[in-house]
Amino acid sequence: MAAIHKKPCTASNSATESKRTDLKSNEKKGSWAYYMTNSPLLIVMIGLPARGKTYMSKKLTRYLNWIGVPTKVFNLGVYRREAVQSYKSYDFFRHDNEEAMKIRKQCALVALQDVKTYLSEEGGQIAVFDATNTTRERRTLILNFAQENSFKVFFVESVCDDPEVIAENIMEVKVSSPDYPERDRESVMEDFLKRIECYKVTYQPLDPDKHDMNLSFIKVINVGRRFLVNKVQDSIQSKIVYYLMNIHVHSHSIYLCRHGESLHNLEGRLGGDSGLSERGKKFAVELKAFVKEHNLSDLKVWTSQLKRTIQTAEELGVPYEQWKILNEIDAGMCEEMTYAMIEEKYPEEFAMRDQDKYHYRYPGGESYQDLVQRLEPVIMELERQGNVLVICHQAVMRCLLAYFLDKGADDLPYMKCPLHTVLKLTPVAYGCKVEMFDLKVEAVNTHRDRPLIKVRTPPPMFRRNSFDPLSTKDQIKRPRMYSMGNFSPPPTLPPPAFASTRISEGIESVQRENSVDCFSAPDTGEKST
Amino acid sequence: MRGSCRPNNPRDRTVCMTNCPTLIVTVGLPARGKTYISKKLTRYLNWIGVPTKEFNVGDYRRECLKIYKSFEFFRPDNEEGVKIRRQCAMSALNDVRQYLSVEGGQVAVFDATNTTRDRRGTIMKFAEQNGFKVFFVESVCEDPEVIAQNIVQVKLGNPDYMNCSSEEAIEDFMERIKCYETSYQPLDEDLDSDVSYIKIMDVGRRYLVNRVVDHIQSRIVYYLMNIHITPRSIYLCRHGESDLNIKGRIGGDSGLSSRGKEFAKRLRSFLEEQKIKDLKIWTSQMKRTIQTAECLGVPYEQWKSLNEIDAGVCEEMMYEEIQEHFPLEFALRDQDKYRYRYPKGESYEDLVQRLEPVIMELERQENVLVICHQAVMRCLLAYFLDKTSHELPYLKCPLHTVLKLTPVAYGCKVESVYLGVESVNTHRDRPENVNVQRSTEDALQTVPAHL
Repeated sequence: MAAIHKKPCTASNSATESKRTDLKSNEKKGSWAYYMTNSPLLIVMIGLPARGKTYMSKKLTRYLNWIGVPTKVFNLGVYRREAVQSYKSYDFFRHDNEEAMKIRKQCALVALQDVKTYLSEEGGQIAVFDATNTTRERRTLILNFAQENSFKVFFVESVCDDPEVIAENIMEVKVSSPDYPERDRESVMEDFLKRIECYKVTYQPLDPDKHDMNLSFIKVINVGRRFLVNKVQDSIQSKIVYYLMNIHVHSHSIYLCRHGESLHNLEGRLGGDSGLSERGKKFAVELKAFVKEHNLSDLKVWTSQLKRTIQTAEELGVPYEQWKILNEIDAGMCEEMTYAMIEEKYPEEFAMRDQDKYHYRYPGGESYQDLVQRLEPVIMELERQGNVLVICHQAVMRCLLAYFLDKGADDLPYMKCPLHTVLKLTPVAYGCKVEMFDLKVEAVNTHRDRPLIKVRTPPPMFRRNSFDPLSTKDQIKRPRMYSMGNFSPPPTLPPPAFASTRISEGIESVQRENSVDCFSAPDTGEKST
Repeated sequence: MRGSCRPNNPRDRTVCMTNCPTLIVTVGLPARGKTYISKKLTRYLNWIGVPTKEFNVGDYRRECLKIYKSFEFFRPDNEEGVKIRRQCAMSALNDVRQYLSVEGGQVAVFDATNTTRDRRGTIMKFAEQNGFKVFFVESVCEDPEVIAQNIVQVKLGNPDYMNCSSEEAIEDFMERIKCYETSYQPLDEDLDSDVSYIKIMDVGRRYLVNRVVDHIQSRIVYYLMNIHITPRSIYLCRHGESDLNIKGRIGGDSGLSSRGKEFAKRLRSFLEEQKIKDLKIWTSQMKRTIQTAECLGVPYEQWKSLNEIDAGVCEEMMYEEIQEHFPLEFALRDQDKYRYRYPKGESYEDLVQRLEPVIMELERQENVLVICHQAVMRCLLAYFLDKTSHELPYLKCPLHTVLKLTPVAYGCKVESVYLGVESVNTHRDRPENVNVQRSTEDALQTVPAHL
């Protein structure tokens, strides 16, 4: 569903003639997300500590970036930790601690300045302000700020009074926070609960009936048991509401794998609809044993509507669902050709693809960008489900993996998804744990690395016109003197340095069995204050 | 995978939305839009392929009680009335059971006031006995203007008020509402905390959603949160006549013919005359729609999902050529045009899936002009005019004609405007003989004329 917003050209050569040659700018200019909103959006989290605000912020941001809406989280806790070098105790959060209150307000202002820079100058479309924002006073400050800058505001309040859920949250994410470097669990729990009490004193929840009836917001009650939605203004807010209503926190695992090796794979041909080779059939048998071994309750199995995934699933002997949208990327005119044949017959196309594999659309076919849009309902449904095994294809698996591992358009088309290997994804803390299972059945390698000769420039940032799925940019910790209205140099963003790069291109160590890699986002310790 | 018609098994086609059938139950005082929501939701669910049917208890009551006298029938102390109304509800529930358990329906919409907890309890018990899931849709509205407008729009034309004047009807209806008000027990956050429901307040200004348990309920909630009742019109048309159209070839990505360009100019004048407020214009990403929009001189958005149906191996062929090279495929397509998928291409059924986000966005928007293609336009039209999958692939969508759709009462008013520029006819009716052994002549019987 790519929508490209076009002003009419007066020249008789309409934009379509130049579509091929001007591929890069045209494709980059659009994605279906464009129509969704004109002005930038500020999402404001609200809630006592340990109510899942940061969890929702990060997840939502990951989703929005994947569908092509440049989004970034601004976590107030990070700013506070910068200002107050070492955390001593919950006393800092007492509402009668004037000194601390001053610092905390200052931090909020600095964070908002960064929000302004991101939305107004850096091409961001949505900023998620992750903090408690529990008082009307604070929210009014934010609303005024947004109005001054013509940002729309959407509040996401998380309300939870289930003590078990809260305790679990604290254990899962707070214990490893930078605020508590050496403490043991019990004292962490104790201090944190006291911290929550500090906020409770001044907590003014959103009041849909009187005070806040004109605000746009969603109140998430008891981890999604109930929702109150007020005054949704536009499509992106509607999508955000839909997403938040579909995610859950129950533990579950998603298994991704490709079909068994196919006859076309053996010949090095792209696409098509061939059946499994002998080794592919063997893989299916091994997969059946794998599923049994892992003893998964209520496992759902999904395939595409192409022979090779269906044949793989058939072997499992359990009911499975076929999704057309899980079909492999359509290579159009290049279907069923080998890379050598494509290079010979369409050398220009071949070169263009290497220049920008994410946006390149096969003539009469699709691009990775199209694939992401096509796969969005699958992602939404995966969020709703429990344990699922998705038997799909190389390009499709890359797109799905990019969503779970928060990979941007640059890395996505080069992620390694070898045949006969199952990836197990388990949500943990704020990210996703990945385990790789090589089922030890030989297969050809269908991976084509990023060509080395190409000069890679970092993707330029476009204002509202760039809708490549980006990965969530790590929150930049800038020294204070650059924020607060002083000139901030354009950030050169280093790629996030975390373990997940192991799964992307150029890494050889993929033949691992039962390995456990923690792929959670680098800032596991960060949470809101 | 060669094109084929797959058996009509809903579980094969798309994601299995739900394992057991779902009973949607409306709740609300009269004139709160329950029937509007029921009908719209039913239309949407059927269009996306979920067999759905609505059961309006008012209809049962009208069957039973041939002549409506006055609001007195609805007084809570009218024993006779209460008995009859209860019987009607039971009768409707029986039909619901028949539809969901025997006839293969997946969703039934039980449209009635259901304003007491007692009545809702009865329904939930009924559902439990039969293995149905229940989802309540409550509409709460205190805005007197909205209520008055509802009454004028849908109640005055109701069979109940056939023989009275407007004033009498309105007066009687207001009394009728009063009869329900005293015993109304809205869904309550605490008392009904275990029940799955959505409470729609003030025509969509606010929603309370409780305990959504599965995919279909989630989709229903998303749909209900995106619809609105602000008056607006949707304009549907195809691109101007293209070069391939003239040659009688399907698909491809050709540009406009000279007559097509003429149409684009006329379209521009037409739009200027209509003076439509804040009109949004959408096209596909194919040359012919883009060229059409370019002539309008206003910003427009391109959607890949609006691209024409992919005819796979038959792209850019004439029907005669398809018959020559793929006579079997050609016959299979005529047998089940909705489900038939071109080899390496798409079916109408795939198209509908692809277009669902477009429909969702059209629901959110106000005035929109969609410049698209024949098969795409048929799918969109089928949604707005509630056409079945049998009718859909044969809807008439000629070139150079704009359809103006305006929601009115429970349905959609259609105005067809031919912009007076000649074009080829691209409509191919279903031929009489769809047998795979048929002769070439029989196969090409209904092919429209071309160069």
